[in-house]
Amino acid sequence: MRSFFISLQSEFYKSRKTLAFWSSILLPLIICFAIALGFIFKYENLVKHPPQILWFYFLSPIVGIMGSLLLPVLVIYNTYAVTNMEYKGDTWKSLFSLPLPKLSIYSSKFLYVIFLTFLTMLLFAVLIIVSGHAIELFRPQLKFGDFNPSEIIFRSFTKMFLSSIGIISLQFLMNLMWNDFLKPFGLGFLLTIVGSICANVGWKYAIYLPHAFPSLTVMNIMSSKKGIEFGVFDQAIANSLICGVVVFILGYFILLKRNIK
Amino acid sequence: MSRFAIETVGLNHHFGSQVVVKDLSLKVPKGSIYGFLGPNGAGKTTTIKILLNLLQSPADTVFIFGKELTNNRIACLKEMGALVEQPAIYAHLTGKENLINRCILLGINKNKATEMLALVGLTEAANKKAGKYSLGMKQRLGIALALIADPELLLLDEPTNGLDPNGIIEIRNLMIELTSKHGKTILVSSHLLAEIERTATHVGIINKGALLFQGTINELHDLSKPSIKIEVDDHAAATNILSGAGAEIINEKEGTIHIGYTGKADMGNYNSLLVKNGVTVYTIGTEKKDLEHLFLDITSRN
Repeated sequence: MRSFFISLQSEFYKSRKTLAFWSSILLPLIICFAIALGFIFKYENLVKHPPQILWFYFLSPIVGIMGSLLLPVLVIYNTYAVTNMEYKGDTWKSLFSLPLPKLSIYSSKFLYVIFLTFLTMLLFAVLIIVSGHAIELFRPQLKFGDFNPSEIIFRSFTKMFLSSIGIISLQFLMNLMWNDFLKPFGLGFLLTIVGSICANVGWKYAIYLPHAFPSLTVMNIMSSKKGIEFGVFDQAIANSLICGVVVFILGYFILLKRNIK
Repeated sequence: MSRFAIETVGLNHHFGSQVVVKDLSLKVPKGSIYGFLGPNGAGKTTTIKILLNLLQSPADTVFIFGKELTNNRIACLKEMGALVEQPAIYAHLTGKENLINRCILLGINKNKATEMLALVGLTEAANKKAGKYSLGMKQRLGIALALIADPELLLLDEPTNGLDPNGIIEIRNLMIELTSKHGKTILVSSHLLAEIERTATHVGIINKGALLFQGTINELHDLSKPSIKIEVDDHAAATNILSGAGAEIINEKEGTIHIGYTGKADMGNYNSLLVKNGVTVYTIGTEKKDLEHLFLDITSRN
């Protein structure tokens, strides 16, 4: 267990100056800031709405774009960046020649990508709430404070975070197998588009496509009664978690049999 | 307890149908500097990667300090530090950060990073991004990374690549110091015999995956038998006379004959014999093959 934690600590140390780490923080920050500016400058049309609707207007573009494109692309990029750091410096060989179990090295990298995604989702949830209240400071006419959306927001982002686990595991495996940008990125992007289309046209087998899980999740949130009555766990989330566990185990056995060149 | 730091027993490895290591039985004594020599593509780096368990090897073929490698991977790797091919460094981190990261992974005190930077002469470049280092600086950083855990066994794959003459001398002295003062064992690969013969106590010569020679550096020198080189006016007649007298003719061409050296007295007798039989001897003397030629001879055998 100690080797796992030191490997995880090393992952953080190595990546703290990379775009992957900072994009996980800056993305929610920039998006929330931009939407908040929109609310502040275009407040006249919004004052008539009750607080629930104001929160919904703030949340829906983020959740909408997140499910169809942003979350899969963020995950695809993060898995690429975390594994590419080792390809770029030819450091896989030095990593695997250290007296650390291969499982610790492998699982710490996998967990680190999950952590980065979790961080982004958490920041989105927190920053949306903070932004709503900050908007009210500048425009008291927008009564964000009259409704507490925390539970719905955290539930939405927890659900979206869980929907990304399947993609993370597949992208992680692809990046382990190919020292390439185009193959995992291109294939991941293509699968995201296919997944998104399949989810949106309601293809019944979309539930088995990991890259469709975020879209299915967003559709589940948006189509729920009043936009708030949805559970964290549904079939897409369960499939995402199953996919994550199965591919993680499969990837480890592939790694064990592999020569590090 | 084994007296060898590294022992391989009939080790084989292939990439697809290409055999890259063939029945290799390395024996690296503890406390030695073992020069692992061979031309480019001979199988040196592959062997080092097998010793680090980066490439799969069958059980009971590789032993590190007497421990079988595949079943004791972590225990074996704890004893080893390595520099394989070009140094493996994170270009976006500084030299010091690269070393600190290694300290984190090995669970050792981070102050060791500063100590290592001083040892390899990178103190002034400690806070410079490693990606901006020259090849020689990267090589030094790679050596510092290999040394940071104070391992008992060092595997250095062509460590002087890209170093200037001063850097080469420093690494050479460092290797001697590590073995003589600290009792470490070093396996250092190279394709240059001249570089190895100044530091190595033992030598293994590999070509096309097969070990062609293994022994002490003195045993290698002993392989280089002296010969007698004779320049004459009529080499055909001289060859007849010398072979009639029982000399071993090594080669003959255009007035020059090489025969086996058997002692000073015999050399004098051959000279007299040739002169008495009317052959003019321009020069006669002993000649010893240098190690570089010996290396070329050995590696051209397979």
